[in-house]
Amino acid sequence: MSKRNVPKQDYISFTKEMKKDYKILVPMMLQMHFKILCGVLRNFGYDVELLETSGPHIAEEGLRHVHNDACYPAIIVIGQFIDAIKSGKYDPDKTALVFFQTGGGCRASNYVSLLRKALKKAGYPQVPVVALSFVGLEKHPGLSLSLPLIHKIVYAFLYADLLMLLVNQCRPYENTPGSAQELADKWTQTLADALTEKTFVSYKQVKDNYRAILRDFAALPRTLRPAARVGIVGEIFVKYSPLANNDLERFLVSEGAEPVVPGLLDFFMYTVYANVIDYQLYGLHPVKHKIFNLLFDFFNKKKNDLIEIIEEQGIFEPPAHFDHVINLTNGYIGVGTKMGEGWLLTAEMLELAEAGVENIVCTQPFGCLPNHICGKGMMRPIKERNPDVNIVAIDYDAGATKVNQENRLKLMLANAKKSNVHIKNQ
Amino acid sequence: MDQTYYLGIDIGSTTAKLVLARGRDDGTADVENVIYETYERHFSRVREKILDLLDALPLDGNVALSAAISGSAGLGLSQAIGVPFVQEVFATGEVVRMLAPDTSAVVELGGEDAKIIFFDGAMDERMNGTCAGGTGAFIDQMATLLNLSVGDMDTLSLEHTRIYPIASRCGVFAKTDIQPLLNQGANKADVAASIYQAVVNQTIAGLAQGRRIGRDKDGNPRKVLFLGGPLFFCRGLQERFVETLQLTRDETALFPAWGPYAVARGTALYAAKSLHRITLDELRAAIRHSLGERAVLDTLPPLFASEDDYRTFTKRHEKASVPTADIASYEGSAWLGIDCGSTTTKLVLISEDDALLYQYYASNQGNPVEIIRTELTKIYDLCGDRIAIRGSAVTGYGEELIRNAFGVDLGIVETIAHFTAAKHFMPEVDFILDIGGQDIKCFRIANGAIDSIMLNEACSSGCGSFLETFAKSMGFTAAEFAERGRFSTHPVNLGTRCTVFMNSSVKQSQKDGATPEDISAGLCISVVKNAIYKVIRVNSAEELGRHVVVQGGTFYNDCVLRAFERELGNEVIRPQIAGLMGAFGAALYARSHVSAEPGLLSPSALADFSHTSATTVCRRCTNHCRLTVNTFSGGRRYISGNRCERGAGAENADTTVPNLYEFKRNYLFGLQEQSRSGGRGTIGLPMALGMYELAVLWHKIFTELGYEVILSSPSRRSTYEKGQFSIPSDTACYPAKIMHGHIEELIERGVDTIFYPCLSYNIDEHQSANHYNCPVVAYYSELLHGNMDSLQKTDFFYPYLNLDSEKILTRTLGRALRAKGTNVTDREVKAAVRAGFTAYHAYMDAVRAEGQRALAYAREHGRRIMILAGRPYHIDPEIGHGIDGLAASLGFVVVSEDSVSELAQSPTLHVLNQWTYHARLYRAAMFAAGNPDVELVQLVSFGCGIDAITTDEVREILETRGKFYTQLKIDEITNLGAVKIRLRSLMGALDDRDAGEVTMGGADA
Repeated sequence: MSKRNVPKQDYISFTKEMKKDYKILVPMMLQMHFKILCGVLRNFGYDVELLETSGPHIAEEGLRHVHNDACYPAIIVIGQFIDAIKSGKYDPDKTALVFFQTGGGCRASNYVSLLRKALKKAGYPQVPVVALSFVGLEKHPGLSLSLPLIHKIVYAFLYADLLMLLVNQCRPYENTPGSAQELADKWTQTLADALTEKTFVSYKQVKDNYRAILRDFAALPRTLRPAARVGIVGEIFVKYSPLANNDLERFLVSEGAEPVVPGLLDFFMYTVYANVIDYQLYGLHPVKHKIFNLLFDFFNKKKNDLIEIIEEQGIFEPPAHFDHVINLTNGYIGVGTKMGEGWLLTAEMLELAEAGVENIVCTQPFGCLPNHICGKGMMRPIKERNPDVNIVAIDYDAGATKVNQENRLKLMLANAKKSNVHIKNQ
Repeated sequence: MDQTYYLGIDIGSTTAKLVLARGRDDGTADVENVIYETYERHFSRVREKILDLLDALPLDGNVALSAAISGSAGLGLSQAIGVPFVQEVFATGEVVRMLAPDTSAVVELGGEDAKIIFFDGAMDERMNGTCAGGTGAFIDQMATLLNLSVGDMDTLSLEHTRIYPIASRCGVFAKTDIQPLLNQGANKADVAASIYQAVVNQTIAGLAQGRRIGRDKDGNPRKVLFLGGPLFFCRGLQERFVETLQLTRDETALFPAWGPYAVARGTALYAAKSLHRITLDELRAAIRHSLGERAVLDTLPPLFASEDDYRTFTKRHEKASVPTADIASYEGSAWLGIDCGSTTTKLVLISEDDALLYQYYASNQGNPVEIIRTELTKIYDLCGDRIAIRGSAVTGYGEELIRNAFGVDLGIVETIAHFTAAKHFMPEVDFILDIGGQDIKCFRIANGAIDSIMLNEACSSGCGSFLETFAKSMGFTAAEFAERGRFSTHPVNLGTRCTVFMNSSVKQSQKDGATPEDISAGLCISVVKNAIYKVIRVNSAEELGRHVVVQGGTFYNDCVLRAFERELGNEVIRPQIAGLMGAFGAALYARSHVSAEPGLLSPSALADFSHTSATTVCRRCTNHCRLTVNTFSGGRRYISGNRCERGAGAENADTTVPNLYEFKRNYLFGLQEQSRSGGRGTIGLPMALGMYELAVLWHKIFTELGYEVILSSPSRRSTYEKGQFSIPSDTACYPAKIMHGHIEELIERGVDTIFYPCLSYNIDEHQSANHYNCPVVAYYSELLHGNMDSLQKTDFFYPYLNLDSEKILTRTLGRALRAKGTNVTDREVKAAVRAGFTAYHAYMDAVRAEGQRALAYAREHGRRIMILAGRPYHIDPEIGHGIDGLAASLGFVVVSEDSVSELAQSPTLHVLNQWTYHARLYRAAMFAAGNPDVELVQLVSFGCGIDAITTDEVREILETRGKFYTQLKIDEITNLGAVKIRLRSLMGALDDRDAGEVTMGGADA
């Protein structure tokens, strides 16, 4: 591979100097995850701000600066950044943008490039864009994922996955509207404060925190009643971001349903696993795969521990073990399908079906390439072998209207109300 | 016990339906014998219409009833007045279970939604996705296009003799196919039936997704119920469905009289289940009360602040006018310009001092030939002996047809016509934007020549005619609708996407109570934003230049004009003859270019004029183009529908001129002859997606391993149709969707094994940061495996392989073969793989050598070179639509991106360069940039997400180095009219530029 003949892309590095007085903007994707994450980054000395802006003008700003056929998440995220920079709230000479990037054969690996192009077009070429990636595609001396930082981010996301799971399982039944979210917000703050640069994270403490969180949510006053459970899967950004999916979770709750949303950790495990598979299938990464194996085992253990603690309390429903999630794809799709959400998307639908969540919304940006295969392409075989499962594919796009999307969701819920309503047991 | 009443209200996107039913003893509603039902268009005045319909109910106001509401436009009303809502497909399911319990499937078409419900086995209810809109509304639009009422179109369709292939993805695409058919003189009955066929295909491809309608698992016929307005009223549509699904009318295909009311009846059933009680008077009062309320709408500032503001605006624009001269008294020479556009026909006659003697602008009503004959006769009568028509020119979609029909002297490409006209008003013009009925065209002018041309992609078209059809659907003429928009106080924000999306945005705003005024203004603003941000793609007005001329019929609409100026923050010139600019430009062009004896039909020849058209299929090559042969009086003929000159009767196709597309096709399909039987049975390679190019590798490997290799045939339209039943994602690209047909073909041919591997990575050419395939090319097998029933009985071999080295391929392929029980040794596989790579490299070398030969040939003969840059699979005759042949017939020597990419280095890119095929694109662009005689035209398949990344980058590589960038978006569309205009515009621009260089060179000397 040494003779690769490719000119380097030029980009502005985020230097150590910049760390001192630059404001770093982060786009919103998952509320709890990103709140804890930003808290952690602040604890590490970064002046971070999470963008919580919303409204149709964000997509419009994106459309102005990104090719309109680019995927909707790119349009939204870039629109949100440009909108923020243009708002006058931030000094463009003292602001940097952070983006999470996984790389891979999907066009999503070009978001950062598209953002840089858009910034240039909009007149802010000086703003550094940091693509945070565990693969380390670029050099940013002022903001790199050091081991202590990664370590804390992992716990941040584990906590957030748990909080998300609990909020979803409580919100439809809470006696005081908003109380589940309020409890989660309180925990978000506490947990973020505890993950500082200096502190050593004791895993025992983490597990204790899990238990304390579970206790708090179990004590939340709520009235159990029949509700249709609706799984949300799909392209990662549209699946999670309320800005991109027209507040899908809130809509489902308002219709009396319980949303079931797979956690973020699975996605990380999936990206790590892709490297393990590359070795198994093709013999790629002859040395590095050992590290990936270790990393995978590490994540796997963390997830299994979390599941165990949820089961130990016995009130809430835990997610499935990742090994099992992998096995679910047998006969449906190969685990070599690793672009976008790849085989994980198919597996998540199967995981939901197995857990009795028989209504599934498969979300994707309009024209999402991997989802032709892993989402829409797998719906037929899944339905054929799981006849009670009802899957609806919803495309999200700057031009798609809420009324069309909601009408299709209402159809799913109308059928759910008749057949597959889940009665919560205490 | 008192009689109970149940009221079902169904408010769709275009119509409202009401059903009143009695209660039955078992507590349900008697929806079999209803008391009253009614069906009317609501013209977007939803709540008023419901009040009208309620007034007509045969029931006293104080009678209590239970009501429920359904339908896509009904949600808002339901929320406003607190009456229960039921989802419409759900309601349909309920009523069918009650009235026709033995139904296996329901197909229901509404105004804008299409639905299928399967009852057999697991019940499955489906609605069309956001991209497949347009059913009832689509049929309305098409009828408007044919200038027929829906009823007349339906009657006519029953007389058809043939079906044209019309893109079935969505209304906009279909329109792009239909318009040229009309312009070329195709029979309206055939077009009407073809429109219905497109609706049928769309329903099957978009909704059935692999589940057979009207057959059980073993293929036995089952009952299908067809519901909804269009399927009840349109006999022709019924016929298309029955025939396509191979059903028997009244036995397995049922069209019940209650079809249009199915949802409303289901809603009445639902009402019976709810505990909600209300009297009719209370219901009316609640709706009346809700009329005044305005939901929170996303609105924009009004277009005109006041009447004064509007007057100042119109005064300013009146200045850009053309003097007229009286044709009844004028004596001297005159020149005729004709613009035969996609929806309108324009004629202009000018005097020696460019004054207008005669002008005509009207819809071409699907028959431009007849209109021009009438107009010409009129003009000759008015001219008498005083005026001599000294020259004529024609432009537009119908250019060739009209030129041949009437002996017009010159045919010029639209861009040149418009530029000529715009210069007349503003000699220093540097930007022209033309929004016509069907397209948006814009071009920048630099140094007195057209510098870059942008046309809207097929997907965002529907500009002018879109406003017009929308006006009609709301009960206005286009002019009235525009007028209304002026007085809007809160134009609704409708976003910037294609027609289908706008339709649903409008639906949403109606739900929220927007007025027709606000919708009109909002649509005008959307059309403008669409043009600026989607077609021209600018950030600010400065990028357009300071001297902007806008034209095209759509700019007659003051709201569009105002919205454009506002969006730009700049005043522009709209000539008073905005809609006639093409014709005016043609006339000016005729005046300066025709010197010989004019060829226009004389008055006497015109009197004897006749025109007939017939259709046939061209057999001169494998394209099998469907030709329309127009015959005119005097034996003149004009053939259209051909993709190359051979179809038009020219036999002079020069086979010595290199054409890389042809070369590659011959090479790849020539592999078949090298196949031989080797004792391991047959293996089929589907010639689609990544198999183009890699077929060389696999063919050799499997031949060496002792398989007889069978290639599927080059695609045709019928290949797609053969496989369309199993396509699960209708927004995937055409090159992927056609794969299903190739698989079906191989199964029919009885191969033992079908091979299409999963390849995350392509061949590593070391020219990019990584060497991925796109996700669709990489993993399409997984989708085929999950969705094609026919594959269940065939050995489908789709291992995950890697091409990085002989070693790694040997290992992965050997393992995969042994896993399926094939007895091969490592040694055998290793030798086969080595031979395979040798063959592959020989092929790539041959392609490059032929590229060199093509360049040398072009330079020796002084020809222009065109890099037709796409992916390997674009050489497929159906996917590439024969564009290579078209380019060759225009005089270009055609080379492919992979034949020249070795000749240049990739520049520093702004995007991540990580796909093997796309890396070639950037290098080919650099090669074009470095050679004055080489032009690059990029082929982009609709739905290719990755090209959303590459196109801007390729454009920048070319434009920053002073080259033109031309992009051709291709899909199922089979008509090449628009492509031809683009390529001819490119040629015109190149000629202009070259001419400019000559002058400049002369000045230097």
